[in-house]
Amino acid sequence: MANFYIDTPELRYHLNHPLMKRIVELKERDYTDKDKYDYAPVDFEDAMDSYDKVLEIVGEICGDIIGPNAEEVDHEGPSVIDGRVKYACGTAENLDATRKAGLMGMAMPRRYGGLNFPVVPYIMAADIVSRADAGFENLWGLQDCAETLYEFGSEEQRQKFLPRVCNGETMSMDLTEPDAGSDLQSVMLKATYSEADGCWLLNGVKRFITNGDSDIHLVLARSEEGTKDGRGLSMFVYDKNSGGVTVRRIENKMGIKGSPTCELVYKNAKAELCGDRKLGLIKYVMALMNGARLGICAQGVGLSQAAYNEALAYAKDRAQFGKAIINFPAVQEILSIMKAKLDASRALLYETARYVDVYKALEDVQRERKLTPEERTEMKKYSKLADAFTPIGKAMASEYANQNAYDSIQIHGGSGFMKDYTCERLYRDARITSIYEGTTQLQVIAAIRHVTTGTYLAQMKAYHEQPVKPELEYLKDKLARLTDCYENAINFVTEKKDTEYIDFHARRLVEMASTIIMSYLLLNDANNDDELFKKSFIVYLNYTESEVNKHYSFISGFNAEEAGYYKYVSSENEGLKTED
Amino acid sequence: MSLKIIVLAKQVPDTRNVGKDAMKADGTVNRAALPAIFNPEDLNALELALQIKEENPGATIELLTMGPPRAADIIREGLFRGADGGYLLTDRAFAGADTLATSYALSCAIKKIGDYDIIISGRQAIDGDTAQVGPQVAEKLGIPQITYAEEIVELKDKSITIKRRIEKGVEIVKSELPVLLTANATAKECRPRNAKLLQKFKHARTVSEQVDLDEDYTNLYSNRPGLNLNEWSTKDVDANLEECGLSGSPTKVKKIENIVFQAKENKKLGASDAEIEDLIVELITNHTIG
Repeated sequence: MANFYIDTPELRYHLNHPLMKRIVELKERDYTDKDKYDYAPVDFEDAMDSYDKVLEIVGEICGDIIGPNAEEVDHEGPSVIDGRVKYACGTAENLDATRKAGLMGMAMPRRYGGLNFPVVPYIMAADIVSRADAGFENLWGLQDCAETLYEFGSEEQRQKFLPRVCNGETMSMDLTEPDAGSDLQSVMLKATYSEADGCWLLNGVKRFITNGDSDIHLVLARSEEGTKDGRGLSMFVYDKNSGGVTVRRIENKMGIKGSPTCELVYKNAKAELCGDRKLGLIKYVMALMNGARLGICAQGVGLSQAAYNEALAYAKDRAQFGKAIINFPAVQEILSIMKAKLDASRALLYETARYVDVYKALEDVQRERKLTPEERTEMKKYSKLADAFTPIGKAMASEYANQNAYDSIQIHGGSGFMKDYTCERLYRDARITSIYEGTTQLQVIAAIRHVTTGTYLAQMKAYHEQPVKPELEYLKDKLARLTDCYENAINFVTEKKDTEYIDFHARRLVEMASTIIMSYLLLNDANNDDELFKKSFIVYLNYTESEVNKHYSFISGFNAEEAGYYKYVSSENEGLKTED
Repeated sequence: MSLKIIVLAKQVPDTRNVGKDAMKADGTVNRAALPAIFNPEDLNALELALQIKEENPGATIELLTMGPPRAADIIREGLFRGADGGYLLTDRAFAGADTLATSYALSCAIKKIGDYDIIISGRQAIDGDTAQVGPQVAEKLGIPQITYAEEIVELKDKSITIKRRIEKGVEIVKSELPVLLTANATAKECRPRNAKLLQKFKHARTVSEQVDLDEDYTNLYSNRPGLNLNEWSTKDVDANLEECGLSGSPTKVKKIENIVFQAKENKKLGASDAEIEDLIVELITNHTIG
C-alpha cells in the first residue's frame, strides 16, 4: 500500500517549480488542445493537477507492484527461447500494469495518443520507477526513443509508430557492437538499399542492446559503403513484425538483471531510413543520447533514494550496544551525507529537466511557426544550459548512486553483504549507471568545454543574484568564496595553454563546478522550504567546501612537470585487435 | 456480443488500518478517523467486469453505489479504470439501511437501469462483512447468482461459466444470463487507474457536487457532458419509502461491545521434535488448527 510518490515530499516540491508555468504554457500551446481532446487540461492549474495525479498512479504502481516484484525479477531474470526474449514473470506483470495505467508515450503529443507531458513530470516518473526497480526503468524508460522518432522521423513514420508506442509497445536503441562501444564511429552493421524490396536491408551484429527484442528498434547502421567514420552512418527504424532479427544470447550481468541485454543478429532485416542519410550518428544519436543521459540521471537519483531509504530503516531498527545504531554519530554522519547527495543530485536532475523542457518545447513550436526573436534567444539560452547540465547531471547522479549504495551496505554491516537485504541488489544495480550511456569519463569530456568557456561560472553568478533569507546569507557568501576558488583553479589550468593539461585536470574542474552548482540549487531549495532541505543544504555545502578545497589544493600546488608520471604509453597499434 | 454489466460497489471506511480512535465512545464507527476507500472485493468485481469488456468489444460497464454524496468518488475511481458510467444512489431516506433495505434500494436502481446481462458485486464489504447484499439483490431481481467468483472461464451464447473458490477447492459452474456474480478476494486484483482516463474524468461531478465548484470549470459540464454523474434519489428509482433506510431495516443493533485483545497464556517451547509434536497435538485437539 506504499505510494512512492506521496511518501517522498521532495518530489512534489520539485514538480511545483515557478518555471513550470512557462514550460506548461509552451508545451500546451496556451491550452488549445482542450477543444480537441477530452483529457487535455483547460489551464495551468488543471495541467499541474493532472501531472500530480498521474504521478500518484506511478507511485502506487511502484509501491504496490514494481517494487515488491524487484527481488524476484532479480533472481529469475529474462531468458532466450528460440531467438526471442522471455521476460521474468514480474517484469511481464510490471509491463502489464504500466500499459494499463497508460504510462507509455507519456511525453508524446496527444495526436499520436500520448499524454503530452513535459520532461519534468516524465522524468519524475523515471525517478520513482528507478527507486522501485532500476532494471525495469530501462524497459519503461526506452519510450524515450519515441522522442527521437518524433523529432527526426517523417510524418508517415510518426503516424505509423508513435501510436503503437503510446499503446504500450516497447522500444530499443540498437547502437553498440562488439567493436563499437563508447566509440560509435566504428559501427559496422551494414545497411544496403534493395531496389527489389523497396526498402533497406540490415545485416550484422549488435551487442549490449537493452531490451533488444523490443517491438520497434532504432538502429545505427553503415549506409555508405566504404566509409569508416561517423559520417557514413544513418539511423533506421526496424519493426519486429517485419522479421529478420534474432536474439543470439543475453548477457549474464552483475546488476539490473531484469533488463535483458541482448546480442542481436540481423539477417536481411527490412528497415526504414529515419531522417536523412549520414546524419545517424552525428545528429540523431547525439540527440537520442542526450535524452537517455537524463534518464540515467533519474535512474541514479531513484537508486540513491532507495539506498538511503533502506539504510535509514535499518539504522532505526538495528540495535547494538543496547540502542538503535541510528544513535551513533558515525552512522548519523553517513546517513546525513547520503541524504545530502541524494537531494543534491535530485535538485540537479530537475533543474536540467526544466532546461531541456523549455528548449525542446520551443523547438517543437518552431516546427509549427517562426519563433519571435525573444523566443529564439530563450531557446538558445536553455539549449546551452541543458547541454552543459546534462553531462554533469548524469555523471554526478550516477556516481552518487554508487556511493550511496556502498554506504547503504555499510550501514547494514555484515547483513548487508548477504543476499537477504535489498541494499545488496541496489549496489549491483547502481554499478552500471556510471558506465552506460557514456561513462563518467566521457561526461567529463562533454562538460569540460563548459568549464573553459564559462557556462557554469556564469550560471553560478546568476544563481548568486537570487535573494535569500537573512539567516542564509553567510552560507551564500561561503558559496561565493568557493566560486572564486573554482575560477582561480580554471585560470591555473588554462594559463598553460595546453589542452592535454586541461584534460588531465578536467575531472577535478568538472567536479568543482558540479558540487558548487548543486550547492546553489540546494540553497534555493532551503530558502523555499527550510524543513525539507535546510539539513541537506548545510551538510552538502560542507561537503562541497571540502571537495573544492581538496581539488583546489591539488591543482594550485601541482607541479606540471609531474604530469608525465601519470602517463601510460602504448606503441601505436598495441592494444588494437587485428581481425582477419 | 453487446453486454451490459453493472458493478455494485461500496465506499467503506478502511478498517484494515484501524487506529485508536476508530470507534466512538458510543460504540459506533468513527468515520472521520478512517479514510474512505473503494471496498476491496468490489475492486475485484470491477476487474472481472473490465476483463469481460476487453474480451467482448461493445460491452459496457456501469457502476452503482449507494451512500452519502462523497461516495461519488467510487464512480470516479471506476471511470479512471475503464468503467463507462455510473449512478450514485443518495438520499437521506436511504440512510441507516441494513442488508435488506440496501439490496431493495439497489434492486430498484438496477430495474431502473434495465436491460442488464451481468451484475457483479464484491463478495462482502470490509465494514459489515455480511456477504448478504449481492445474494439478496439477485433474489429480488429473480435471477441466478454465483458467489465467490474467482475467474471467468467462458462467456458465450448468453451463458457464463465461472470458477468459484469454495472451502478446500474450486467449483466450476455455468449459468444463463442475466446473472449476478459476487467476486472473491482471490480473483485478479484490479488494474491501476489509467492516466488518460484519470485526466478525462477527474472533473466528473454529480449535480450537487457541481454547486460547490470553482467557477473556472463550470462550463466544462456543458462542453463535456460525460462529466455529469448521475445522482438518484428514492423518487428517481421508484422506491417505496417504507422499504428504504432505517424503516426498511429489520436489523436492530442491540448492543455493541468493545473487545480488547489480551495475551492470556504464555508458553515456552524447546527446540526438540517431541515438544513441537506435543504442541501440534494440543492445538489440533482444541481445534485451534486443522
